[in-house]
Order: sequence, then C-alpha cells, then structure tokens
Amino acid sequence: MPKDTGIGASSKRREDVRFLSGKGLYTQDIALAGQTYAVMVRSNVAHGKIKSINTANAAAMPGVLAVFTGEDFKDVGGNPAGWLINSRDGTPMREPKRPVLAHGKVRHVGDAYAAIVAETYNQAKDAAQQLADDTEIEELPAIIDMKAAVANPANRVHDEIPDNLCFDWGWIEDNRAAVDAAFKSAPHVTTLELVNNRLVPNAMEPRASIGEYNPGTGDYKLTTTSQNPHLTRLLVAAFVLGIPENKLTVVAPDVGGGFGSKIYHYGEEALVLAAAKKLGRPVRWIAERSESFLSDAHGRDHVTKIELASTKDGEILAIRTETLANVGAYLSNFSTATPTFLHGTLMAGPYKVPHVYVNVKTVFTNTAPVDAYRGAGRPEATFSIERVVDKMCRELGLDPFEVRRKNLLTPDQFPYTTPVGLVYDTGNYQATLDKAVELGDVAGFEARRAASAAKGKLRGMGLSTWIEACGIAPSHLVGVLGSRVGLFDAATVRVNATGNISVMTGAHSHGQGHETVFAQIVADKLGIDESAVDIVHGDTSKIPFGMGSYGSRSLAVCGSAMNKAVDKIIAKGKKIAAHMLEAAEGDIVFEAGKFSVAGTDKAKTFGEIAFSAYVPHNYPLETLEPGLEETAFYDPANFTYPAGAYICEVEVDPETGKVDIASFTCADDFGNVMNPMIVEGQVHGGVGQGIGQALLENTVYDENGQILTASFMDYAMPRADDVPFYTVDHSCATPCTHNPLGVKGCGEAGAIGSPPAVVNAVIDALHRGGHTHVTHIDMPVSPARVWAAING
Amino acid sequence: MTKVTMTVNGKSVSAEVEGRTLLSAFLREGLALTGTHIGCDTTQCGACTVHVDGKAVKSCAVFALDVDGADVRTIEGMANADGSLSVIQQAFQDHHGLQCGFCTPGMVMASAALLADNPKPTEAEVRHHLEGNICRCTGYHNIVKAVLAASGQDVPAVAAE
Repeated sequence: MPKDTGIGASSKRREDVRFLSGKGLYTQDIALAGQTYAVMVRSNVAHGKIKSINTANAAAMPGVLAVFTGEDFKDVGGNPAGWLINSRDGTPMREPKRPVLAHGKVRHVGDAYAAIVAETYNQAKDAAQQLADDTEIEELPAIIDMKAAVANPANRVHDEIPDNLCFDWGWIEDNRAAVDAAFKSAPHVTTLELVNNRLVPNAMEPRASIGEYNPGTGDYKLTTTSQNPHLTRLLVAAFVLGIPENKLTVVAPDVGGGFGSKIYHYGEEALVLAAAKKLGRPVRWIAERSESFLSDAHGRDHVTKIELASTKDGEILAIRTETLANVGAYLSNFSTATPTFLHGTLMAGPYKVPHVYVNVKTVFTNTAPVDAYRGAGRPEATFSIERVVDKMCRELGLDPFEVRRKNLLTPDQFPYTTPVGLVYDTGNYQATLDKAVELGDVAGFEARRAASAAKGKLRGMGLSTWIEACGIAPSHLVGVLGSRVGLFDAATVRVNATGNISVMTGAHSHGQGHETVFAQIVADKLGIDESAVDIVHGDTSKIPFGMGSYGSRSLAVCGSAMNKAVDKIIAKGKKIAAHMLEAAEGDIVFEAGKFSVAGTDKAKTFGEIAFSAYVPHNYPLETLEPGLEETAFYDPANFTYPAGAYICEVEVDPETGKVDIASFTCADDFGNVMNPMIVEGQVHGGVGQGIGQALLENTVYDENGQILTASFMDYAMPRADDVPFYTVDHSCATPCTHNPLGVKGCGEAGAIGSPPAVVNAVIDALHRGGHTHVTHIDMPVSPARVWAAING
Repeated sequence: MTKVTMTVNGKSVSAEVEGRTLLSAFLREGLALTGTHIGCDTTQCGACTVHVDGKAVKSCAVFALDVDGADVRTIEGMANADGSLSVIQQAFQDHHGLQCGFCTPGMVMASAALLADNPKPTEAEVRHHLEGNICRCTGYHNIVKAVLAASGQDVPAVAAE
C-alpha cells in the first residue's frame, strides 16, 4: 500500500499553493523603496578591441545615476573556474581572467563591457543605447569553429593563449597503451563521429539580481537567481569584490528553474553590489530573455570521435574517445569539470569494459561560456556510448537488447571499480532493462510497426541503458581531481519550544520540492506531523554553509546532512528523556514520536522533551546544555550511481522527415524513493529536455559569431504538443550503500538517458524502412536532417 | 500620460499611464500583481497570460490602454471566494503540474480559458492549446493530466503514470 504521509508518500507539495495563487516571490517580483535600474551594455560583435568608450553623453541623459565600464573593475578579481585541470603532460590549464565587465577586448556577442544605472528601466535602456553608439570597437576575426580554433594559432580568443586550448586532458593516461593494444587485436572496431549539440538551459525565470548596501553597517545584500547562495557569496566576496564574507548576505528566494545555469556566479551580481554601494540605493538588474540567450552559460557542445572495440558477437573490449569541448570565451565556474570529471569518468557506462581511454581538449571560442546543463557531462558520455553500441549492433547484425544484456554489469560484480576511476557501489541493470522491456511492450512492437506502416509511417524503437555519477561529491576525491571547493553539505534542525521544527538546509529548491520532501523525512523520523516542519533555504544569513543544489545532490548530500542532524536531536532527546523518566539512557527507545523506557509504559512525547529542553526545570543541566538544535555537516563517501533503461518509439514520416515520439518508457533505479510523485515529475522533466535536445533544440552561431537562435522564436523549445505521456517506473531499487537514506538522486536521469534512445529509435525506423545507408544523424534530428539522410 | 480604467479581479482600477505601458507592466508594477510573470520578450513563453474579457491574452503583447474598460483577471483572482484553490488550481497541485512555479500562472490562465471554451478537451486538444505556454520543468506530462482532471475526465484512462 502506498503510504499517505512521511517517507515514501506522494505528499502534495506545500509550495504549490503560493505558486498557484500568484504569491511566489521571485527576484523580479521584489520591489524596494528607492530602487534603481541597471541595464548592461553588451557587445554586438563576437571579438573586438575596445578602442574607446565615451560615457559623457550617456551620463548626462535624464535619470542616469551612474555609468560603469571595465575600467571600474580592472583592479578587482576575476570570476574563477572552480576546478583546476592539468593537461596530460602535467601542465596546468590556462585560466584567463573573467572580469566583471569586459576590459580591453570583448570576446563574445553579449559580452557586457559597460552598465548604466538610472531611475527607471527605460531611462537606463535609452542610455545604454547611447553608450553603445559612443563606443568604438575594432572588430577582430571571430573564432567560432573548434577545429579551426585549435588549428589556427594566429587567431586568439585570449592573446596569451596561442592555440586556444584550455587543456588537453587524458583519462586515464596510464590506460592508454593497454587501450591501444586492445584495439589493435580487436576482431571488430566501430567508429562514430558525432556532435553533442549546444543547448541553452532556458529556465523560465530569466536571471535577475538586486544589490543593496547599508552604509551604516557596511553590510551588503545580494538577492539573486541562484541554485547555491553560499557558493555565490564565496565567489563574490573572496574572489571578485574582496568583501569580507560576513558582510555579504546572499538570498536566492523563489527561483524559477535552474538546470545548472544558475549555479554560477555572473558579473551582473558583482555589478549591482558595487553600484548599490556607490549610489547608496538598491540596484536591480533583470535579464531580458534575449540576454539569457546571449549571456547565460550554455550546455553540451562537444564534437566527439568514439571508437568501440568488440568481439564479433558484441562483447565490448575497449572504448576510446577524442573530444573537443567548447568552453566559450571565458571559463564559467564548473566549465572545466563538466567535460572531464563529469564526462570521462562515465565512459565505461553500465558495462564491464576492460579498457577505456578518454581524451578531451577544451577550446576557447568567441561564444558565450559553456558549462554544466542538466546532466552535465554525463549526457555527453551516455550519448556517445549508447550511440556507438547501437552502431556496433547494426554493423554486426546483433540484437541491441541482447548485446546490452551481454555487457551489463551483473549484481554480483558490485562494488565494481571501473577503468575510469569510479567505484559503482550497487545496482541491478538487468532488472531495469527487463522492466523497461515489459512496460514498453517490446513484444508488441511488430504489431505497432505494421500499424504505423499502414499509415505510411516508419516506426522504430531505440534503447538506452545508462548510468550516471551524482550526489556530488566526496571532498577528498574532488580535491585530488582539482576542485577548489569541498562538496559536503550542511543542515541545522531547530526544534522550537512548542515542538514544531525549522530545518535550515544548504540545498536550494528551484522546482524540486524540497520544502515538501525534506519535511516528510524529518516528520517521519521524529514521528510528528509533516505540517509541524518548515524547511528554510536560500538565505546565507539563516542557513549553515552548504553548497546548494546541482548534480542531483540535494537529497543524497544535503538530505543526508539533515538526516544526521535529526539523529543528533534524537540522541539528545534520549538523554533528556532518561533524566525525566529516571531511567538509564541506554534503556530509552524512540519510536513513533515517543521516548519510552524499554519494556515499560513510561514515556514522554517528542513535544514534552522539546518543551523541557527550553524550560529546563526538570533537566540534567549539569551534564547537558539546554535547547534542542543540532547542526550536521555531511561529506559523502562516494558518488551515487543511479542507472536505468529507456525505450523510445518513434514514428518517422518519410515524406517530410518529421519525427514523432510515439512512446517513451523509463525504468530507473534511484535507490530509495522519498516521494514517488516528485521523483516521477523529475523524470518527466528530464525526458522532456532530452527529447528537446534530440529533436528540437540547437544553438547556432554563424561564422562571424552572431548567435542566430537568440529568442524563443528561433530556438525550438519543446512544447506540450511535441511530447507524449511518458511511462516511468522506479521499482527496481537497489538502495545506495553509503548514505543513510539509501538515495541516489533523480534530477538529471531523464536528460541523460533519453537523447540516445530517441536517436537510436530514429535510426532503427529508417533501417526498418529500408534506408540502411543511414548510420547516424546528429542532434537535433530535425525534419530537414532526417529528410536529407533518407534522400542523401 | 493617459487615464486608463479597467476591472482587475473584480475591482475597478484607474491610473495615468504612458502610451507604451504594457498590460503586464501595469499589472506588475502599477498594481503589484506580480503573479503575472515575464519570461521572454517575444510573446512566446506565455508566463504573462491573463484573461481579458474571458479570453486568454499574453499581457506582454498588449498595451494597458488597449484594454481600457475591459474585465481583466489574473492568477491572483483565480481562487474561490473563500480563498481556497479553484478546481483548475487544485488539479495542478493534485497532479504535480508544476515544479518551479514560474510558468504556472500562465499555464493556469491558459488552461482555464481552454476549459471555458471546451469543457471536455481531448489530450491532443489540451496539448495544442498549451502550445503557446512553455514549461521547462515538467515535460508537460502532469500539466496535461491536471487539465484533463480539471475537466472532470478520467485521467488514468488517458495518461500513463
């Protein structure tokens, strides 16, 4: 029976009531007395030398309060990369300074080189246009194509970086000789060159930041669209503006989606703080959607050659990849980790592969920065592997289901150390594959195919068996790998005197429903009503230092910290109860909200214990502090490894090349599930984005570096009529072995597993339709590309 | 500046506005009704959808002066008289038809307008009608379910779980 409350229940989301009533409070909804408006002045060329900026005309326009240029920030710090990656020859990566405002050169269309602050938005906008007119930029050749960027050392995004390479990374360099040897002796080698298309995350709420400064105390406050307010505070305070951390509060209120793009610190955040100090008034900056396209960190953008060595009957012997990964004009905070430790380490997939070697060259180009977007490196790895496995099956005439069964790790092989540095703790990949086959009615495919054929449509079925590493991440490990931060998390559980509870978590909810799920867990553990628990997040002045939400880490890491803090509350409660009940602490048991003496009917309720902690009249004050509040920090022992099997069926119209998703089936292993409704919603959303990547979305720069897809009129977001109802299942659960809740994380799965299932289905449909010359179509698999492939 | 008068969520309001003031700006900045969200600048995303004389309208695409004399309803005016969620709002909560909540006001307003015109839409009709409202979180599955449920139709019969 499904539970109706606590862990495992599909509790309805408490946050929904405010969102459904128009009472959410997003950054753009906040109006402050005396507020002023900032507008950024952005480059309209991809690459150029700033010859002169004449601010006089703009500064004299009505309502203009201040004009800022790169000159104003040239002496403060740059926005740093979070991970330092070495090239395979041991040399450190190149990290050019990423200034608050561009200084000297502009390096991509949308690169902000000045800002106007005015009394009204329209006044700031008018002055920004004037300033652009009064700026002379000498256009330089744009460096857009990655292969050309590496091949032509004369053109440089950064003058000090001759080959436009950030680093040339090998993983694992010691594997290389064995991998090469395995290829030499392999009975069959499958090769695939592919593009993992560049995406714009497009959270529906555009980025926004409001800066405030209190001249009386010297305190700053930044309200901003962030997935991780403490990390933003650290970056702004310690790296960029040099504000003491304790003088800066960062608040991320209701945030309208993130998908990675709001992990990072952006220059606008520093700008509004500096401007607020200068003016002594609040300064707000709200992105227009076109600014999101121009200046949010984009995702993916890999060009990969993958080779797979196998036996003639499909046993995988080795995998070797070479990837060019675009990092854009500057290094965004996670940009160097995404194509490396979130990508190369997953290149064994869920398979027993003896030998793997990954080479990634990260390339600077005159485009917007590229960083983690939902899945972050793992969709790229999964797409490469699952596409090449499928291609191998076609080349050898083998069944893609059977080949996967042959190569998937089996439950008795865990813990399993991969050749690319991870230790998978647990899983049952056969179970999820069997479940997907059952739910996707693979047995009935032929009848459906015939029905499609009768309508003149080609039907195909595509499979993807995927794995990811999330629950990011063990600090000691990421430290070895080059991270500049730890990736623990923290929670404070404050039991109030009247027995209700405030939980301050380092996680940030921007759609995930933490306010509901975290309360379910605490209430279940303490045997109290969910409504007695409030979750507080997103405000550095209220919450302990946590690292925020991304990498499907909220529950696995932040939730584990919270779980630990609740355990401390229970442990202290037992001491209090032992005193009140005049029993030994070891005889106290806590169950269903009651502390009782084992084997007796002597008991105190949780509320009585809480009250006693704050009104300590009958209390062991000589040995125990009053109060009932505990903080815990939790550093994970390992990544978590969700995995699953996805089956997509498509119908292709051979006349037009249009692909329709006929069905999509997901069988996932997320370990223990706290709220099935929310988990299923996360998978739906991830699959929706994956279908978007596979069929619709693409970010296109022309050869001059102009972005041709900078609005929702040009960039094809998935809409309600582009997708079907999805079938999702999470019953094949193998609980994570190293965190207390046994959870693995579900936020990115859908976006990781789905793109190869879609593309494999399209290729399958074309082959079944007789178009066997088509071996690959790059994403997005648009009607034009499919039609060209059929007729090519 | 020109005087504009309209009914918003049952109350008559009047204000002096510039000719270029959009209805969305009038609602958000003039009346502090910030439930109407701004998600794009090309009338594509639908987060700003409100009702004007009962029809769904993207409020970023009309001037405040254009709706002089009209009856405007926003998400803040959708609840029942006793403050409880209306049938369509409740269906969105019951079926997890929202995650980050940003597109939600527009989705609710667009869906309510559909059901007013077509009380028993098919799944395809719901999807087609919502084509002008973008959601990045839900993959639309539970939004479509919520709208079908709000129409009184048997959701499990049409939607896989």
